[in-house]
Amino acid sequence: MANIKISEQKVQQIEAICKDFNNEKGELINVLHKTQSLVGYLPAEIQEIIAKNLNCSVAHVYGVVTFYSYFTMIPKGEFPISICMGTACYVRGAEKVLDEFKRILNVPVGQTTPDGKFSLSCLRCVGACGLAPVVMVGDKVYGRVSPDGVKDIIKEYKQA
Amino acid sequence: MINIKIDNKEIQVAPGTTILDAAKTVGINIPTLCYLHLHDFNITNKPAGCRMCVVEVKGRRNLAPACATDCHEGMEVNTHNIRVLNSRKTVLELILSDHPTDCLVCAKSGNCELQTLAQDMGIRQIQYQGEQSTYREDTSPAIIRDVDKCIMCRRCEMMCNDVQTVGVLSAVNRGFMSVVAPAFEMNLDHSVCTYCGQCVAVCPTGALTEVDHTNQVIRALADPSKTVIVQTAPAVRVALGEEFGMEAGSLVTGKMVTALRNLGFDYVFDTDFAADLTIMEEGTELLDRITRHLKGDKTVKLPILTSCCPGWVNFFEHQFPEMNDIPSTARSPQQMFGAIAKTYFAEKLGIKRENLVVVSIMPCLAKKYECQRDEFSTNGNPDVDYAVSTRELAHLIKQANIDFNILPDQEFDRPMGESTGAAVIFGTTGGVIEAAARTAYEIFTGKTLEKVDFEQLRGMDWIRHATVDFDGTPIKIGIAHGLGNARKLLQDIKDGKSEFHAIEIMACPGGCIGGGGQPLHLGDTSILMARQKALYSADSGKTLRKSHENPYIQQLYADFLGKPMSEKSHHLLHTHYFDKSKPAEINE
Repeated sequence: MANIKISEQKVQQIEAICKDFNNEKGELINVLHKTQSLVGYLPAEIQEIIAKNLNCSVAHVYGVVTFYSYFTMIPKGEFPISICMGTACYVRGAEKVLDEFKRILNVPVGQTTPDGKFSLSCLRCVGACGLAPVVMVGDKVYGRVSPDGVKDIIKEYKQA
Repeated sequence: MINIKIDNKEIQVAPGTTILDAAKTVGINIPTLCYLHLHDFNITNKPAGCRMCVVEVKGRRNLAPACATDCHEGMEVNTHNIRVLNSRKTVLELILSDHPTDCLVCAKSGNCELQTLAQDMGIRQIQYQGEQSTYREDTSPAIIRDVDKCIMCRRCEMMCNDVQTVGVLSAVNRGFMSVVAPAFEMNLDHSVCTYCGQCVAVCPTGALTEVDHTNQVIRALADPSKTVIVQTAPAVRVALGEEFGMEAGSLVTGKMVTALRNLGFDYVFDTDFAADLTIMEEGTELLDRITRHLKGDKTVKLPILTSCCPGWVNFFEHQFPEMNDIPSTARSPQQMFGAIAKTYFAEKLGIKRENLVVVSIMPCLAKKYECQRDEFSTNGNPDVDYAVSTRELAHLIKQANIDFNILPDQEFDRPMGESTGAAVIFGTTGGVIEAAARTAYEIFTGKTLEKVDFEQLRGMDWIRHATVDFDGTPIKIGIAHGLGNARKLLQDIKDGKSEFHAIEIMACPGGCIGGGGQPLHLGDTSILMARQKALYSADSGKTLRKSHENPYIQQLYADFLGKPMSEKSHHLLHTHYFDKSKPAEINE
């Protein structure tokens, strides 16, 4: 078992989640969902706690975590940036917008900047196709984003 | 019974029979790849993932995987029409398109199920050229993972999780990136791997292989400043012949000794000698604990667990470290042999331990790790220098141009080549505890054992138990093979529900005869049955069948060790166990 770096309180909360699902192996995905919404991500030590409580191997938990793209082992940044890759946004140049974010932040999709400020991810349609291409930073929506506008969006949060 | 037609042959099968099994009854062998069925152990792997076994079922839109499709009344199956053959070939070509084509130098060449299929199906070119998935190689003290050669059949995963319950291997990642790996894709030697090698034993390709030590052995044999001696484990002599085309269960002890002598070993000895020694130590420890228990000593730990199997030792050190004080402290026969060879025997020869090289021939991959453990070396010089598998020995013999099949029989050298029938059955599940019972009975009761065969301890059932009558004192014995079954007995002990006095555990299904270093059985468990039978017949063919009757063991105690559990014995023949419930080290 890895040295526990997360707080004792978090450990207890995760154990409570497992217990809510009767410590059933078959409930692994549900347990991972709840835990990720509690902690934000699923680092190795948390996977070990879950494996122990559900009485399954850590390798199995890791297998599930790495299979589903929703689960992540990397903490989200302070300002999570999501670029919509839905059809409408895509045809209106979302990929170029994404490339510009990748270039400026110097991180690939699914990763977080070393200072922990920004994380980059893609999503599918936020229901604002009229504003395509759409970018979200936290809960705030930016419409009709062009590659040139990317640096301004980042600047807004750099000072924050 | 239900009536079906396969390739126009009408047959009747029991409900629940798969198309694959039904076809076999009329001599139709549908090719398989991911499928693995170990009949006598009731173990089956059929994820229906490889699609090699597809067949056409009349009235069904798509082709059906024969391994995972049950027969139904009136079913008409075609196993080799043009549609089936084309699909099967395409599937195979697609698998090959993401597989290295280094067959000529692959460790598995000649024993590779993928290679055999490609030959059987006459694949002469791979039509699909494209990106291949690549992965770093992972080398541990015993096992090499070359995942580029993995075809995701999941057999290893099934052995590691369902049979052994070790839980190291799992499919991870997704799509093109998916591989079978330990948690967090750490290296095997950072995981809780026991090196039992059952994953290697079932891998159809070269993705999982053993670390090869044959070159080190060849170099040692060529070095004139070294005296090189060899020990052979009991299970090797009933399996080695298979590598030379002999029937399973052929007992080739004499030929093996001749071959080893021809290879240039200075002394050809037998691990069986050390097995007799193990019984002296472990049996004495067993009697000591039982006698104290019967006298009402509450501090004594029972049951006592055998400790010959290094996979098993790794298992409890990783998974039940709080029970480290229950197993016998006796070292395994391999390590007892090494410790005696590098002290007693080196002294006899008048040479330094550094100039004596001890090689062991083992049916086991965990033995490679065991001999590298720090506690089994003195000033950096290991008691056993190299452990090579039965398969590696076959390679050594072939490289030395020896025609194994026509070799005459020769005898082991003395003193460390002499052994009793009790030692040779160490190679099968139930054998160690039977050997211990023979000696413990006579020491405990002071009487001569009328019948040395303890039939009640034999067999292939996963978990067995029997009560042996020690002249009025019932001794309760448990036996488990396969680590998943060992776990059950351990859990009982932990929960205070175990009533056994002694338990024998072997990590591999069948015991050492089914070890990870043995000739591959490719799913045919009748081979293991034949090997087991051969060990029992080797035992009954011996004049001496109780370990304490071995005259060279008696001499070893008289000249060197004193008595069992003496201070010298403790130093050389016993060990202690570690808590290895270690933190996962993550390679980030």
